[in-house]
Amino acid sequence: MTKQYETVIGLEVHVELATKTKIFCGCSTAFGGAPNTHTCPVCTGMPGSLPVLNKQVVEYALAVGLATNCGINQYCKFDRKNYFYPDNPQNYQISQLYLPICHDGWVEIETAAGTKKIGIHEIHMEEDAGKLIHDEWEDCSLVDYNRSGVPLIEIVSEPDMRSADEVIAYLEKLRLIIQYLGASDCKLQEGSMRADVNLSVREVGASQFGTRTEMKNLNSFKAIARAIEGERKRQIELLEEGKKVIQETRRWDDNKESSHAMRSKEDAQDYRYFPDPDLTPVVISNEWLQAVRDRQPELRTEKLARYQAEFQLPRYDAEILTGSKHLADIFEATVALCGRPKEVSNWLMVEAMRLLKEKEQDPEDLSFSPENLAKLIGMVEKNTINRTVAKTVFEEIFANDADPEKYVAEKGLAMVSDEGALRRAVEEVIAANPQSVEDYKNGKQKAMGFLVGQTMRAMKGKADPAKVNQIVRELLAEA
Amino acid sequence: MSDILEMTAVQLGGKIKSREVGVAEAARAALGQIRAAEPVVHAYVTVDEAGALKRAEEVQKRIDAGELTGPLAGVPVAIKDNMCTEGMLTTCSSKILYNFVPTYTAEAVRNLEKAGAVILGKTNMDEFAMGSTTETSAFGVTKNPWNPDHVPGGSSGGSCAAVAANECFYALGSDTGGSIRQPSSFCGVTGIKPTYGTVSRYGLIAYGSSLDQIGPIAKDVTDCAAILEVIASYDRKDSTSIPRDDCNFTSALQDDVKGMRIGIPRDYLGEGLDGEVKAAILAAARILEEKGAVVEEFDLSLVEYAIPAYYVIASAEASSNLSRFDGVKYGLRAKEYEGLHNMYKRSRSEGFGPEVKRRIMLGSFVLSSGYYDAYYLKALRTKALIKKAFDKAFEKYDVILGPASPSTAPKLGESLSDPLKMYLGDIYTISVNLAGLPGMTVPCGKDSRGLPIGLQLIGDCFKEKNIIRAGYAFERSRTYESPEITRNAQTGENNMYTKENLTYVAGDSKQAAGYKTDSIPGDSTDRITDDAVGSRTVGNAESRTGSTADIMSEGNAGSAAESTGKEAR
Repeated sequence: MTKQYETVIGLEVHVELATKTKIFCGCSTAFGGAPNTHTCPVCTGMPGSLPVLNKQVVEYALAVGLATNCGINQYCKFDRKNYFYPDNPQNYQISQLYLPICHDGWVEIETAAGTKKIGIHEIHMEEDAGKLIHDEWEDCSLVDYNRSGVPLIEIVSEPDMRSADEVIAYLEKLRLIIQYLGASDCKLQEGSMRADVNLSVREVGASQFGTRTEMKNLNSFKAIARAIEGERKRQIELLEEGKKVIQETRRWDDNKESSHAMRSKEDAQDYRYFPDPDLTPVVISNEWLQAVRDRQPELRTEKLARYQAEFQLPRYDAEILTGSKHLADIFEATVALCGRPKEVSNWLMVEAMRLLKEKEQDPEDLSFSPENLAKLIGMVEKNTINRTVAKTVFEEIFANDADPEKYVAEKGLAMVSDEGALRRAVEEVIAANPQSVEDYKNGKQKAMGFLVGQTMRAMKGKADPAKVNQIVRELLAEA
Repeated sequence: MSDILEMTAVQLGGKIKSREVGVAEAARAALGQIRAAEPVVHAYVTVDEAGALKRAEEVQKRIDAGELTGPLAGVPVAIKDNMCTEGMLTTCSSKILYNFVPTYTAEAVRNLEKAGAVILGKTNMDEFAMGSTTETSAFGVTKNPWNPDHVPGGSSGGSCAAVAANECFYALGSDTGGSIRQPSSFCGVTGIKPTYGTVSRYGLIAYGSSLDQIGPIAKDVTDCAAILEVIASYDRKDSTSIPRDDCNFTSALQDDVKGMRIGIPRDYLGEGLDGEVKAAILAAARILEEKGAVVEEFDLSLVEYAIPAYYVIASAEASSNLSRFDGVKYGLRAKEYEGLHNMYKRSRSEGFGPEVKRRIMLGSFVLSSGYYDAYYLKALRTKALIKKAFDKAFEKYDVILGPASPSTAPKLGESLSDPLKMYLGDIYTISVNLAGLPGMTVPCGKDSRGLPIGLQLIGDCFKEKNIIRAGYAFERSRTYESPEITRNAQTGENNMYTKENLTYVAGDSKQAAGYKTDSIPGDSTDRITDDAVGSRTVGNAESRTGSTADIMSEGNAGSAAESTGKEAR
C-alpha cells in the first residue's frame, strides 16, 4: 500500500428511552414479557387505532438535545416512513424526517491528540418495531409486538470521526450523558443502545468524501472496533485494486469477523415520507423548554470537577467513579451517610471494581445498598473489625447486600482487642517458635513479622493487629 | 308497527321514554323492515338480529331503572361498516377485511351505546369509503330506496339508504369528501359532517385521516342535532380531537333566521349544475330569505382547485393508511404464495377492489421521491388557500348555501365507467373537508324523475349551530317525504327472506368466533383465519402531548398535556 488513507466515520445511534409506557400508547415498555402481552390496538396496528404522543418521550429527547448542545425545533412534526415488513404492524414507522426535534449539536471527546468536537447532525424521535421469531421446526415466522412502539431517539452524527478509538470515545460520551440524564440505560448487549456505522475512506488530503457503506448489527464496543477495522481494510483493498466501493448496507458478523452486503443503494426503498396526519405538530413552548433545562441533572463533566473540588479526590478516582452514573450515585449516597470520601472511593475503586472484573460485570450491575457500605466503613473506623475481615465482609455486601453488623455478629468476626486474650495467644506462639525468637535476637527483624502473622492466624484474623504488634514486641524484649 | 317506523329518532325516543313503545318493539319493527326492504335495497353488510334484540332487553331494563334518560335511549341505529364494533364484523365493505372482528369499539359508537343505542347492524359503503355510489363495495351494490335503478350515493350509501327505507331510525356515516352529504342528498335524508375534530376518529378505519369525520344521518335536522350532541366528545385517544364546550347543538333548533347572512357561491351555480337541482336550491334560498335571512351571491374562488388537491391528499394518506392490510395480522391472506413479498402482493391484489387500488397507486405516486413537492406539498398549500378563501367568506356570511351534488342520483353503473366524472361530482362537498368546516345536507325537493335533491349548508369551523338553525328553519317549510318502499313494510314484515349478501350474525357479541359469516366474496372456499391480535384498552400511563385544539387556539401543544399518571393495566 503506497497511498495514505484516511477513514471517515459517522454514526447513527438508536437509544431506547426509559419511559414506563410506549411512545404512542399506554402499553408497558418492560422487557421480557410473554409475547404480545404488552400490546393494544395501537401498537399492533389494528384498523381504526390512533397514536397519541407520550410527553415523556419529548422531554427525554429535549434533555439529550440540550446536553449535546443541540438547537431545538420548538415546532416539530412526526412523519410516516412507509415500508412493508411484518415487524412493523402498520407497515409504516412513525419517525421524524422534515422537522426533527433537535439539530446541529456537538459533544467533545478526548483523543490522543487532545480534545475533539464531534458534530451531531440531528436527533429525532421514533417508534421501535416488533420482533420476528423464525421457527425452523414449524417453518414459519412469528411476530412479537411487545417492542413495537417502544420509544427511540436516533442520534445522527456528522462524519467527524477518523478512527475506531474516536468512535468508541464518542459512544462512551453519549452513553454517559444519556445515563446521567436517566433517559436510557444504554446497554448495547440488550439493544437499548444500537449503533450503525457509516464509513468511507479517502486519500489523505482529499477534499471529497469517498463512497460510504453502512454497517449494521454491532452489539458491543469491541464488535464496533473490529467492524470498523474490517471495513476500512476492505474498502482500501478495493481502491488499491482499482475497484469502486459500492454504496450499500452491510451486516457485520462478529463471529466470522467479516461483513456481507444486505442491500445496495439501487434497491434502496422509497420510503414515501409524509407528515403523519394522525399526530398534531409538537409545539414546545419557551416555558416547557426552560422547565426541562431547569431539571437537567449534573452531567459527568461537572461531576468530575466537583468530586475533585468538594471531596478532594484525585482526578483518577473521580474519573472512575463518574465513569458510571450508578457508581457515582452509590458513592454520593455512601458519603452522605458516613463521610470519608477517600475511604468510600477506595472501597468502590479497589474492592468493588475487582469483584466486578472477576464476575465480568459492569458498574451498572452493582446492587448493594450504600447503607451497608457506610456501616462497614464505620465499623473499620471504630475498630470493630480489622481491614482483613472487612474485605471478607465487603464480599458479602457485594454479593448479597448483607448487613455488615448482623453478618459480623453472626460469624463472630468482631475484632479481639482484649489484652489478656491477645497476650495469651502471643505467649503460645512464642513458646511454639523458639527458632524465630532466636532469629529475632540475632537481628532478623523479619522474624517478628512471622510471629505477628502466626498470632493473627491463631486468632482467625480477628485480632487487633496494632495491639498484637505491640505485645509481640514487648514479649520479645522480655525473652 | 308501521307508524313506529315513520317516527324520527327523537320522536321514538320520546315514546320509549313515556313507555308508549317498548325498546324491543322498536327493534323488532326495524328488523322487520330490514327483512322486507333488504332484498331490494341491500343497505346492510351485517345485521345482528339476536344481538339487537338482546341489547333491546338490556336497554329497556336500564330505562325502567331510570339509568338511561337521554333522548336516544332505546332507539335502534345502523353503523357504517368502517367503524369498529367489538365482537361484530367490520369489513369496510372490502374483501380484505371480510372476516375482521374488532377487539374494541369506536369512540363515537361507544358514545351512542352509553346513550342507550341499540345497534341493528353495519351498513354497506364504498370500499374503504372510496367512491360516490356505494358500488365499489365488495359485498354488492346498495340501491337507492327512491328508485332501485339508481345509486344511493356514497360512500355512506348504506347508512343513507337504510334511513330513507326506514331500515333504522338513524345511522352513523363518515365524510371524507362528501360521503355523508352527497348520499343524504341522493336518498332524501339529512346528514351532518361536523367540524374536523368534533367527533373522535378513534375506531374509524381511516381513509384520509386529515379529512375523515364521523357524523349523523337521520330523517330531520332535530334528529341530527340530537345525535351529534351524543357522539361529539373530546377523546384523548385521538390527537386531532378538540375539546369543545359548545356541543349543545339542539339549542340551535330554532325557527328563526332573521338577520342571518347567507352567501351562495356563484361558482356553485355555474356550468355542470343540473337545472332542476339549481331551481330547487334557489327556491330553498328564497324560503330562508322570506323568513328574514339576508341572502346574496358571492365569489368563493379556488373552487376548481379543490378536487385535485383533495384527490392528492386523500389518496396519499390512504396509500399509507391502507398499508396495514397485508395478510399478516388479520383479514384476507392469499391461500397460495411463495415467500413474504409474494404473500403481500397476492393478498392485497385479491383483497382490494379496483377503485381502492387506483387510489393507493395515485397516493403512492404523489408521495414518491421526486414528486412529493410537485404534488403533495402543492396540494397541502392549496388546502391552506382554500381554508383562507372560506375564512374570508365567513367574515361576511354566517352560512354558505349551495347544492350537495351537481345532479340527483345517477343510474347504477353509470359512474364507475368514468371515474374522473365521478370525482367531479364531489365538487360542492370536497372543499368543506379540506377546510375542516361543518356541512349539512337537508332535503329540498325532488326532480322530475322523483329523485331527491339536497340542499347543502356550510358553516364556519365550530359553527354547527348556524347551519342547524338555518336547516331547521328551512325544514319547517316542508314535510318529510319517505320513499314508496317504506309503505310496503306491513306486507314485508313476515317475509323471512334472507338475501345472499346479507350476513346474519349469530348469538351475542361474546361469540365473536362463532360468526355465520359468508365465505370470502367472490370465492367459494372457507375463510382462512380468524385471527385478531391483542385486545386491550388504551390507557395513558404517561401524559400525552398536544391536540388539534392546542395548535388551533394557543399554538402550544406541550403545556396543555398534564400528567394523568394512570397505569394502563
